[in-house]
Amino acid sequence: MTATPTSRPGTRAPAPMVPPTRAARAAAGTADYLDQRTGIGLAVKGLARKLFPEHWSFMLGEIALYSFITLLLSGVFLTMFFVPSMNEVHYTGPWTALQGTQMSEAYASTLRLSFEVRGGLLMRQIHHWAALIFMAAIITHMMRVFFTGAFRKPREINWVIGFTLMVLGLAAGFSGYSLPDDVLSGNGLRITDGLMRGIPIIGTYASYFLFGGEFPGQDLIPRLFTVHVLLVPGLILALVGLHLAFVFLHKHTQFPGSGRSNTNVVGFPLFPVYVAKAGGFFFVVFGVIALMAGTMQINPVWNYGPYDPSPVSAGSQPDWYMLFLDGALRLMPGQVEWVIGTFTVPLNVLIPGMVVPGVLLGGLALYPFIEAYASGDRREHHVLDRPRNVPFRTAVGVSVLTAFLVLVLAGSNDLVATRFHLSINSITWVLRFALFVAPAIAFVLTKRICLALARRDREIVLHGHESARIVRFASGEYLEVHTPLDEHERWIRVQHDPVRPLEIAPAEDSRGVRRRGYAKDRRRQRLSRLFFEDRVEPVTPAELAAAQSHGAHDELPTSPGPDQLTGAVTGGDSPRTLGLDGATGARER
Amino acid sequence: MTSIEKHQSPVHTGTGEGLPERFDDPGLPPHEPRRGDLDPAADKTSERIVLALFGLSTLGTIGFLVAYFALPTGQDAATIQRSNMALGLALACALLGIGAAAIHWAKSIMNNHERVEDRHSVASSPEVREAAVANLVAGAQDSGISRRGLLKSALVGSLALFPLTIVVPLVGEVGENWDVASFKRTLWRKGLRLTTDPSGRPIKAADVTVGSIWHVIPEGLEEAPHPLDEKAKAVVIVMRLDQADLVEAPERRDWSHEGIVAYSKICTHVGCPVALYEKDSHHLLCPCHQSTFDVADGCRVVFGPAKRPLPQLPITVDDEGYLVAQSDFTEPIGPSFWDRLR
Repeated sequence: MTATPTSRPGTRAPAPMVPPTRAARAAAGTADYLDQRTGIGLAVKGLARKLFPEHWSFMLGEIALYSFITLLLSGVFLTMFFVPSMNEVHYTGPWTALQGTQMSEAYASTLRLSFEVRGGLLMRQIHHWAALIFMAAIITHMMRVFFTGAFRKPREINWVIGFTLMVLGLAAGFSGYSLPDDVLSGNGLRITDGLMRGIPIIGTYASYFLFGGEFPGQDLIPRLFTVHVLLVPGLILALVGLHLAFVFLHKHTQFPGSGRSNTNVVGFPLFPVYVAKAGGFFFVVFGVIALMAGTMQINPVWNYGPYDPSPVSAGSQPDWYMLFLDGALRLMPGQVEWVIGTFTVPLNVLIPGMVVPGVLLGGLALYPFIEAYASGDRREHHVLDRPRNVPFRTAVGVSVLTAFLVLVLAGSNDLVATRFHLSINSITWVLRFALFVAPAIAFVLTKRICLALARRDREIVLHGHESARIVRFASGEYLEVHTPLDEHERWIRVQHDPVRPLEIAPAEDSRGVRRRGYAKDRRRQRLSRLFFEDRVEPVTPAELAAAQSHGAHDELPTSPGPDQLTGAVTGGDSPRTLGLDGATGARER
Repeated sequence: MTSIEKHQSPVHTGTGEGLPERFDDPGLPPHEPRRGDLDPAADKTSERIVLALFGLSTLGTIGFLVAYFALPTGQDAATIQRSNMALGLALACALLGIGAAAIHWAKSIMNNHERVEDRHSVASSPEVREAAVANLVAGAQDSGISRRGLLKSALVGSLALFPLTIVVPLVGEVGENWDVASFKRTLWRKGLRLTTDPSGRPIKAADVTVGSIWHVIPEGLEEAPHPLDEKAKAVVIVMRLDQADLVEAPERRDWSHEGIVAYSKICTHVGCPVALYEKDSHHLLCPCHQSTFDVADGCRVVFGPAKRPLPQLPITVDDEGYLVAQSDFTEPIGPSFWDRLR
């Protein structure tokens, strides 16, 4: 089966007309049968050798997909034993600590899954770990797409689909987390009830809608079960299909590099390279999740006890992807609960519970459209941005992530307090300010770092690498030899298109008549300047020529080419370096 | 949007005349062969590694089956953990073996020459678009919809209305009786005894010592039609404070009994049970979002995201010295909602 080094393209034997072995004949027969009924030959012809570019960060989305498949596999196992019912029973199983305790059938069946079904606990833990990894992979994948500008035309719709998948992932995680009907998840539901009640006018009805009457009621677990095993996974499956179909249709983006352009794809064929790599990677993701499930306990509901509205444990936290919401609830001061007339508007709940996630998620969903409006760019983009070359976007991304992290930290403020022996009140106050200050600092810092990196790129292109070799001239002057870049090194630093702010027509035409729509254009231009005013443009050939012509940059007049120069420099002291024109010296600009 | 144009003129016009505005793509860098491409022995080693990894996977599967049959889940935490860890490690072996083998095969043995394919614009060609529009126009003409306005309205109208057949019963039934006013009532009523949670034992005022906290449910909670729903509203905490420490509003003077006060356990923020009591400072802390209430001062909020004090349950003692409620809460318990004051 393995290919030897001699079986490279070009040396492939011509395909024989009659398949030589029985297995090959059977395969050919099956293929013929299928093709005559489905015309699948066309799809195989088009897709089998389709190229995909390679980069480690392209695997983040794969992790999301494979952890989702792991979720489906382990989830089906769990449904065989889980009973989605809130009927009260008395526990009679092997877990002695809860003998005789009254609990819902959902909780009792979760205990049975954990203690009596062999492999049941492993499947539960695989399911839960996979859910955490699923969300983590989705969010890091989104970060990759965001920071490299992979959401630009023609992929805006796929960004929105991906965004919807993330929201569905949250819904799947939340509904599943609540199913065991233990104290911890029950308190999470109680918080949900509190959030929903706070909505003006319809709040109490929304709560009744979800719980089928008063909290906790009799209906919630069966309802969440349907949401968790049918509605949400069905939608996720459909959208994942669409998401991947778009990836095939658009062909995958690629990182910039020599030979990679907007009009080509450079990579390896789906069959066999990515069948093996991606297929293998599924097993790696599943394997790592199995390793975690076998060795790291997660959600030991038997220690928490069945749901009861009275008890709660200190240090209780939701799963990580909900921490930011819980953190926002914790940070909000209570003073903003307003009473207008006889109506209560609990802004202390509505702002963190609805406005914060609304702004965060809404901004995320709309970002590609906002940026496209600001740039006025209607071209297709298939080569990714290096984050340094789009300082504003990169800074916005880091700033939002910083706010997210502050909220996550706020969601753990009690644990921080107990672990580090700090006052919970001081931590909360520090984080209240940090929520506004930290993202601002992160924005400025990130933008500065991006601009500095881009300037550094220009400098290297213009002046070459420092070689750490100092040469002294007869005049006594010292000079460090700089090595010019080879064309591949240079290309990565100069390939990007500079994006400049929009120019608009003046307010008045040549006859002094004010034109309509000027105010709107002005606003758009201001937005555009906000995005693109601060930038470092790539070096042009003319600039490079200019930099070299004034002789300041170790240009070796006798140097026949960069390759030999590199050889000379890395090869130690070469006599040719003495031919340097030392009159002007090498200075940074 | 013709009034907005891209600024196209290059900002930097260098000294070099006749040079292009941009650098040219130098094209793909030369392919670098792997060790296995040059050395047949290294290639053979790679093949052996792949074989060994597939072998490891098979061993993992066998190990999983052995662990499944040999290790019962048993009765205690230790045996369950043993079974879980053995199954998990074996499964990880089985899966990681396959994964690592396939990836190593791809990286070390499969052809690793990068290939180049052209991209084409996503949009259809103008001819295709024209044909598509023509098809739609022809279809619309065939249907006759453009000439029959009433038909169009009827179609839209009936399509818009029919979902009501699903939505109306759904909304009608999904909230059961829709009696949202029940948020404002709890089981507490005049003379109902305070009992311990969860045993349901009545509490003698004399047993409540200074500094202690009692988790309380109303007597007869288990007989209610939906005990959990009622418990979710009626849970109360009872504490006795030194009467010198207690600050009471004039109208609530008789709501306590010799320094014993009863407050709703449900946080006025989003409804977590407020369960952490610090007896020295008389502070009650909600463990979910850290709203802090001062029991000595009418459970006023001293920190955190809650705005309102915890509602107080007026209590007294009956003839036998047991704590009883004077009435239900005088305001709705728990989180705020739109018409809680109405």
